[in-house]
Amino acid sequence: MSETIFTGKLTRLVGIEPEKAGERMAQWSRDSEYVQLYNSSQAAPRYAKQIQDRLRNELDKARPGDFYFLVQPLDDERVIGEVGLWSALTPHRNAWLAVAIGERELWGKGYGSDAVRITLRYGFQELNLHRINLNVFGYNTRAIRAYEKLGFAHEGAIRGALKRYGRRWDILFMGILREEWERAQVAGSK
Amino acid sequence: MVLQLFEGEKIRFAPFDPERDAEPFSRWTHDPESLRLIEIEPARPLSPFQIKKRFEEMEKEMGRDLYYFVIRAKENDRAIGFAYIRWIEWNHGNAFFNLAIGSPDDRRKGLGNEALQMLLRYAFEELNLYRMSTFTMEYNIGAQRFLEKHGFQQEVCAREAIYRDGKYWDTLSYGLLAEEWAAGQGKP
Repeated sequence: MSETIFTGKLTRLVGIEPEKAGERMAQWSRDSEYVQLYNSSQAAPRYAKQIQDRLRNELDKARPGDFYFLVQPLDDERVIGEVGLWSALTPHRNAWLAVAIGERELWGKGYGSDAVRITLRYGFQELNLHRINLNVFGYNTRAIRAYEKLGFAHEGAIRGALKRYGRRWDILFMGILREEWERAQVAGSK
Repeated sequence: MVLQLFEGEKIRFAPFDPERDAEPFSRWTHDPESLRLIEIEPARPLSPFQIKKRFEEMEKEMGRDLYYFVIRAKENDRAIGFAYIRWIEWNHGNAFFNLAIGSPDDRRKGLGNEALQMLLRYAFEELNLYRMSTFTMEYNIGAQRFLEKHGFQQEVCAREAIYRDGKYWDTLSYGLLAEEWAAGQGKP
């Protein structure tokens, strides 16, 4: 398929297929470093069936404002991560973004940033949002750097909200406004 | 040692009583001005029937990651507001709270101050939390002063996160750490 609003330079966003995605996500859940990079709940290894059931349940109970997608590379059919916007349909036109690339050999190669670029475009052009925000953990320096490059501004820190690796860490709060995103698009196309 | 968590000077913390409390709680939801001080969700008037249903739903979360109290005036045992701790992350000792005096007639009498003191003591001495979080809106100057008076620090300013009355407003997140709370005890 050619370019759509769901495709980027490295990745594309696809719908949730519980059977296939559950297998990969169960593998990722056994990588505690991965889980701790994006989830504040205690890490726990999962069976594929547990995740498949959770995905089916999420699909059944999804609220209209939640837009949850899987990430695939442009050049193959593997599921490599997940991305989404949550609570996106409110009178305030603000949404939460989250992204994670589970395949660790693909970390640091731009796949997550590419998926976020597609998701920002989806949020601002398809959902007509005014603003998109996210949380990132203080020790996840690679993600913080990536979000800064994508145009997110630092808006503060929830002090000591995480206890991990023997000490307290902040949860950083970042946000991007529609006008900031639009300016970056114009600058990028020159 | 006597530790009295639920009895204050002018108020007490009590469980929700559907028979008596559904009516005042319903009345508060018919006051959009008050709702805008505490809620991001669009205002919605709820009947006593709907209020009861909501509390039945909430009952399932109680005691796991939700601790909910009705604030009662001691003089006549009337429900005047609510205070709750929610989204508790036990592994990190972090939680969110919300607190409100429902009717404008009951505000500016120090009842909210007493309720927040009781809620913080419950959070830090009973639940043993490490920190408490909440948020308010840019236009709610009263809430900002109230939180700062109780030692909270503004931690996040989410720019233009809420749209009301024809313009965007920031939302402000506040936090208080257990050690900061403990250091402030004994002082007014």
